[in-house]
Amino acid sequence: MTSAAAQDAAASIALRGVGHRFAGSAGAVEALRGIDLAVAPHEFVAVVGPSGCGKSTLMRIVAGLVRPSAGEAAIGGAPVDCPHPDVGIVFQRPVLLPWRSVAGNIAMQLEMRGIDARSEAGRISALVKLVGLEGFERALPHELSGGMQQRAALCRALVHDPAILLMDEPFGALDAMTREQMSLELQRIWLERRKTVLFITHSISEAVFLADRVAVMTPRPGRIAAVVPVALPRPRGFAVIEDRAFTAAVRAVRGHLDAAGMVE
Amino acid sequence: MGRAADWTYPLAAVALALLAWHGAVAALALPPYLVPAPALVAERLASDAQLLLRHGAVTTFEAVGGFLLSVVVGVPLGMALVWSRVLEKSLMPLLVVSQSFPKVAVAPLIIIWFGLGVAPKLLIGFLVAFFPVVIGTIAGMRSVETDVLDLARSMQATPLKAFLKIRLPFALPQIFSGMKVAVAFSTVGAVVGEWVGAESGLGYLLLWANANLDTPLLFAILVCLMAIGLVLYYGVALAERLALPWHVSMRAAEPGSTL
Repeated sequence: MTSAAAQDAAASIALRGVGHRFAGSAGAVEALRGIDLAVAPHEFVAVVGPSGCGKSTLMRIVAGLVRPSAGEAAIGGAPVDCPHPDVGIVFQRPVLLPWRSVAGNIAMQLEMRGIDARSEAGRISALVKLVGLEGFERALPHELSGGMQQRAALCRALVHDPAILLMDEPFGALDAMTREQMSLELQRIWLERRKTVLFITHSISEAVFLADRVAVMTPRPGRIAAVVPVALPRPRGFAVIEDRAFTAAVRAVRGHLDAAGMVE
Repeated sequence: MGRAADWTYPLAAVALALLAWHGAVAALALPPYLVPAPALVAERLASDAQLLLRHGAVTTFEAVGGFLLSVVVGVPLGMALVWSRVLEKSLMPLLVVSQSFPKVAVAPLIIIWFGLGVAPKLLIGFLVAFFPVVIGTIAGMRSVETDVLDLARSMQATPLKAFLKIRLPFALPQIFSGMKVAVAFSTVGAVVGEWVGAESGLGYLLLWANANLDTPLLFAILVCLMAIGLVLYYGVALAERLALPWHVSMRAAEPGSTL
């Protein structure tokens, strides 16, 4: 196996029979049941489902933040039992430290991992440029708009050059227009960096627009009803929404949610 | 609002209050042993400056000492209570009970135990000041959101790094809020301690002026206590500004808030 191939294998995610229960006020709640999902290296997989279907829990299991009660998650073939060094996470909220500048927040990822942030200043400025935040390196988070804050959070998730990027409804807190803009940007960044992405969202069109495959989740307990492939070439522009492959994929995802009685 | 206007209004209000005070004393022909005119108080402040400074220094030392003691004990205690459920369950009821009676009521006991020196005043100042610090620390440590803790874990931060670089800075604004309350309380504690038994300090001088019906001196002492309180409070506020410029600027950005 060449080293590139070895690197490739390390970038895969596998979920095998993952189930999760947690203790609620009315007894144990089954959040996830029998989840099987494999994400190939450099693949972009979106998980779409209604609120409360456990998709965030699923991401937290992959991230090693939550231990599943059944089955296992694996990264690069190795079971995940604690946060993995080769993973970057973007949460729904930017979660930036308010006393640190944009650059300082990005450097946080390196400092926490014991990497000298000063020697990696070039990497930070390249990322800042990649997400279009040049000139804001020294700005404090509260001086930025929600979209810009999330861009900074994306830089922080990428700065240690992880093979895998986990995104938990990253644009969920943004307004509709910023959200569309961010989808385009994320596609551009993904085309440039080619991380393996697991992208959690409750927006069907966002999932289809971005992903190679869309996993459809049904709630209580969360299960994967179907995985819908999206056969659209990249880069995809907004015009793609009129493409037949796009509408077909959206209809398929909607159909699977419908079958579970879950389309509002 | 501009910088000048920030100062204009409070200064004008103080000047008006002084004027009203002066006018009332003159109009009602109040004798100085009841209410001295502001000019008379100012005179006493000048003529007895040395006396006031000497006793003021003692009270300031006691207040600052009691305050520092409350921070040194209160912050680690608050952190320990957040860190350990067992500690919290066993100590918190004791702490709450200890706050349910007026702490100044134990001042006589403390004087009996520790005598007339500075130590019992530090202790009384500490007793009245440490609870707000503990509560502020607990609230601050608890205010760190789960998202933030998840982030720290996902970065594989060591517990010490996560504490120093994330949890503690997040808690500091509330710790400072507790400290601002504590610094006001510690002055009260010092004065009460001096009332109960002392050989120096503004509280001691206050009782002496009271016994001799020297009301102008009494007023002069009140002015000194006010000055000490203000300086200590703004000292803590300044420390907050230096330690947390990000927090102060965030608050300033919100409408209707100052300092």
